[in-house]
Amino acid sequence: MSENTNVWEVFIQSKNGLAHKHVGNVHASDKEMALQNARDLYTRRNEGSCIWVVKSEYIVSSESEDGEAFFDPSNDKMYRHPTFYNMPEGAKHI
Amino acid sequence: MNENKFQDKIDSERKIEPKDWMPEAYRKHLIRQISQHAHSEIIGMQPEGNWISRAPSLRAKMILLAKVQDEAGHGLYLYSACETLGVSRQELIQQLHDGKAKYSSIFNYPTLSWADMGAIGWLVDGAAIVNQVSLQRTSYGPYSRGMIKICKEESFHQRQGYEIMAEMASGTPEQKEMAQDALNRFWWPSIMMFGPHDGDSPRTGNAMKWKIKRQTNDELRQSFIDKTVHQAEIIGLTIPDPDLKWNEERGHYDFGKMDWDEFWDVVNGKGPCNKQRLDHHKKAHIDGKWVREAAKAYSKKQKDLIIN
Ligand SMILES: [Fe+2]
Ligand SMILES: [Fe+2]
Ligand SMILES: [Fe+2]
Repeated sequence: MSENTNVWEVFIQSKNGLAHKHVGNVHASDKEMALQNARDLYTRRNEGSCIWVVKSEYIVSSESEDGEAFFDPSNDKMYRHPTFYNMPEGAKHI
Repeated sequence: MNENKFQDKIDSERKIEPKDWMPEAYRKHLIRQISQHAHSEIIGMQPEGNWISRAPSLRAKMILLAKVQDEAGHGLYLYSACETLGVSRQELIQQLHDGKAKYSSIFNYPTLSWADMGAIGWLVDGAAIVNQVSLQRTSYGPYSRGMIKICKEESFHQRQGYEIMAEMASGTPEQKEMAQDALNRFWWPSIMMFGPHDGDSPRTGNAMKWKIKRQTNDELRQSFIDKTVHQAEIIGLTIPDPDLKWNEERGHYDFGKMDWDEFWDVVNGKGPCNKQRLDHHKKAHIDGKWVREAAKAYSKKQKDLIIN
């Protein structure tokens, strides 16, 4: 029997209302164990109010190197930012 | 070509991530350094674990337990970082058991009295912190993030050790003597934790060029000594080095010669506890085998249930 267990990525919500954030990973053979290991490893100091674990193999990532081309389409669309627009002198609350 | 692009990235302080191209020697250097660091956290639990059941109060016991548990966590963060370089945890453990991977020599010394818990927290964790703070800026992303997390947790480790030392140093003459004895035994091995002098450390060049290390062994050692001298003074203990004195010109403390023969003897297996530490780790690993197998069998059963 192989001794390699599954790797699970761990995401923690630090406070109610905030987004879950990636903090690292754990080894575990099933999902309950993954949650318990994540709790023991990443929340020893009240770091979280909720934990997600997901098997690492299910994470799909863009290439980090030469990743520029992938994000190109958004570069030339400055009009998506509010600073692109000319506002009349003195206009407020906009 | 790739090599130049890689170095440019390093020079402009951008982090290297697991999927990025990297020179084989960079990967190898990181695997060696990170796994050695991980093994040190794990083996380092043993000398302190030795005193959990004999802590002098419930408060002391809870603190020591939490501290040792943190070290287990540090080991796991570091194994994770190391695995991103394409080596499995199983292989890493195997390398430790085969003696191919090292861990910090300091953990091959025995912990003879409760004062040693003070000396370890104050000096050993203190030295580790100086090293780890510097490594927060290491060029490899997963290692850097691990160091940041570890540094946040380390600060209580050094304080709890220093508190023990301060308490014993202001206690009965016998207690003070125990504290001084612990300092005497742990001082030199602690300052040798930073490794050989820069001139005798052949890998320093690459490690600095690739920004795996951000400061050299000697720089880190000096900064630890400069911080620690005053801490010893205010609790009335004496650092066991007659050559230790402030050098106005350098703006640093001068200090005596370290015994590198002893250092290498301990690294190469001749320390007082090398065999005991490794044997214990192997035994724990073998004793845990049935748990890993049971967990695996349980997860397989769950999967079969879903399929049927
Ligand atoms: Fe440590
Ligand atoms: Fe640690
Ligand atoms: Fe520590």
